[in-house]
Amino acid sequence: MKPRACLVSVEMVTPLSSFHTGEAIPLREIPNLSIAEFRTAILSAVSSTCSLAALFGMPGENGHVRLIAVVADSVTNSLSILSTKVDQSYPCLTLECPQAHWFEREIAEQWQVRPEGHPWLKPIRFHAPYRSGNSLSSAPVPGVTDFFAMAGPEVHEVAVGPVHAGIIEPGHFRFQCHGEDVFHLEISLGYQHRGVERALVGGPGKRTIHLVETLCGDTSIGHSTAYCEAIEALGGAAIPARAQVLRGVALELERLANHTGDLGALAGDVGYLPTAAYCGRIRGDFLNLTAALCGSRFGRGLIRPGGVGFDVGKPLVAELQQRLEAALKDVEDALALLWSAASVQARFEHTGTITRETCEALGLVGPAARACGVERDIRQDFPSGIFRFAQIPISKWPSGDVFARAWLRWLEIQHSGAFLGEQFASVPDGPILSPAGPLLGDHLVVSLVEGWRGEICHVAITDADGRFARYKIVDPSFHNWMGLAIAMRNQQISDFPLCNKSFNLSYCGHDL
Amino acid sequence: MLAMVLAPLIQGVINRTKAVAAGRVGQPLLQTYHDLWKLLRKGAVYSQTTTWVFRAGPVVGLAAMICAIALLPFGAFPALAPFAGDLVMAAYLLALARFFTVLAALDTGSSFEAMGASREVTFSALAEPALFLGLAALARQTGTLSLTSMLGSVSTAMWMRAAPALGLTIAGLGVVFLAENARIPVDDPTTHLELTMIHEVMVLDHSGPDFAMIQYAAALKMWLLGAVIIAIAVPWHSGNPLLDGGCAIAGMFGLAVVTGIIESSMARLRLLRITQLLVAAIVLSGLALALVRR
Repeated sequence: MKPRACLVSVEMVTPLSSFHTGEAIPLREIPNLSIAEFRTAILSAVSSTCSLAALFGMPGENGHVRLIAVVADSVTNSLSILSTKVDQSYPCLTLECPQAHWFEREIAEQWQVRPEGHPWLKPIRFHAPYRSGNSLSSAPVPGVTDFFAMAGPEVHEVAVGPVHAGIIEPGHFRFQCHGEDVFHLEISLGYQHRGVERALVGGPGKRTIHLVETLCGDTSIGHSTAYCEAIEALGGAAIPARAQVLRGVALELERLANHTGDLGALAGDVGYLPTAAYCGRIRGDFLNLTAALCGSRFGRGLIRPGGVGFDVGKPLVAELQQRLEAALKDVEDALALLWSAASVQARFEHTGTITRETCEALGLVGPAARACGVERDIRQDFPSGIFRFAQIPISKWPSGDVFARAWLRWLEIQHSGAFLGEQFASVPDGPILSPAGPLLGDHLVVSLVEGWRGEICHVAITDADGRFARYKIVDPSFHNWMGLAIAMRNQQISDFPLCNKSFNLSYCGHDL
Repeated sequence: MLAMVLAPLIQGVINRTKAVAAGRVGQPLLQTYHDLWKLLRKGAVYSQTTTWVFRAGPVVGLAAMICAIALLPFGAFPALAPFAGDLVMAAYLLALARFFTVLAALDTGSSFEAMGASREVTFSALAEPALFLGLAALARQTGTLSLTSMLGSVSTAMWMRAAPALGLTIAGLGVVFLAENARIPVDDPTTHLELTMIHEVMVLDHSGPDFAMIQYAAALKMWLLGAVIIAIAVPWHSGNPLLDGGCAIAGMFGLAVVTGIIESSMARLRLLRITQLLVAAIVLSGLALALVRR
């Protein structure tokens, strides 16, 4: 498919502010559209090469709600911001733009604004609304909602969770089954809702960075990088080259550790023990590399506004390089077993397939999208930091099944490993921190980072005093949960754990 | 008696084999005994929606398995209570135990357990013909219907005469062994994923001594089916009961190691494919019978 730039069609509606990731723009430059213009602009944008990076509400004037949409164009590598004003309801986007599905449910839940015509208007996090209104329940209880149900003598329902047999996060899954076949899966989350976005309003403060690092425990580096890039854009800090390299290194180490762990878990889910056991150990090796950088296996304390919190000496770099090579060799051997086992391939192939069309309609991100053959990677489309200078080739695979998602992780492990080797060989000298000044008032900044799970989007909006008036976080899981539900259609219920692991989505990153 | 004591050790050997293959230290060989002892000291929790059927499940399961073990010879030792036709009795004691496990699972009203029960009966409906055809081939070969005389008369001479039939019988019974004992590639004994389980999911609601009975009965079942295979596969009779007994025990551990290696070298089958594997087992056993009928 030949990409077609989308900005033209948006510009027909309005002179559009187009800008880059990590670029602060004054709030007054954001076009205030009527709801009809807003919808048309978004719909025409997503019908070409754009995707919806974020769509959220914030308090507007006179008790109204201001809707803000961040549209990302991967061809022109630019972002556009649109905004409109709504009160009690507006005609929904979801029917024409399924990418907006989860976002509109979130808006309805948070701001009591009803997207009229939304086919699936239920809470996603089950918290009390931020604004009074009559749209949804005011005191919802997690998991209590109208689930889709099928009727008939041979149809049965299986409910799983929120308490699971393994040590995983809580989520509720409802399967409508006919024997072993799944007709429909409905996923109900919200058990881990902590109110992070609200807690960030009025910041940044001392606790802010710690909240961001623990948004989603396995993506500490990804989220804290996105946050710091937002702060640096608003505070006018220029990050030293050495810090940029160390950030890139940490981000790719996080990817290596998680991808390796996922591949081991996928092997474990089909009962293939050798790879499961080896990868569990090797994941630890990668985590320990991050620990050698900053003392925390998950990279807490490493990424700080203005640079990084820890420096590395020459001997340490040499040691890291050596340990990385050993771990990469081990992971290659462990995965060679996995790829050569016919019984494993028989389980992986043609399980949980998502077509490219479905993937693009739902707006999936990260490895899940690239495993459907979609070229979508923030490191190439909207690069920041070291990725503007050192490109990592995009991995993709066309088949869209569990095998594709597993194989894609292996491709990314190889590319990240090669990238790390290059970076370790040439760490620039210089300072590691260049503190940011006070934040600009009445500005908005979007920062995008390709975390190991996919596109992380942070949108910071400051008030006149340079404090956060709204801080919006979109974890990649937020885009992808619907993909898992669709992947399970017409599959065997016994294959659900395998499909689930092939996505490995975050519950707390979604629930915030 | 030997079976009653040694049965849980077989699982220890399998687990140790898997651990070694995966480069781990692994749990102690006697872990199953520790688990049983731990469970026996605990109390049991019963759901209010269950009836006496739920409580009867583990008891009947264990009792049936002990009776079946009493019909089984081992090495040169004859069974405690052999009689003509006891192989049919043994097979149906296994079926009785399964029937009550399934009833107890259905009694909980849980959708998981019902799903497991449905899978269990589907697969055992296919495993049972394979078992019977295999035993029938053996009965035809040896001209007797008692497990003791049947398994006792498998000899090297018989292997010389009818190796293909015996080999096919072992292959057929081997698949039944893996399927009935919830091993890979049919079921994964270590999984915690309730949606993929077959046997484990049926006993999720049992706890304490009840669960110990289930675990112990499972160990006995593994011993029972394993001993039949080993009696065919290790046909040497020295005349010295101790030597023969030791040989059979070594055979059992050998079988455990083979099971561990199978589990370490392949993934579980897709649930839909398991029926194909079991039909293959029926075909193998059926071929064995056809060969000896000739």
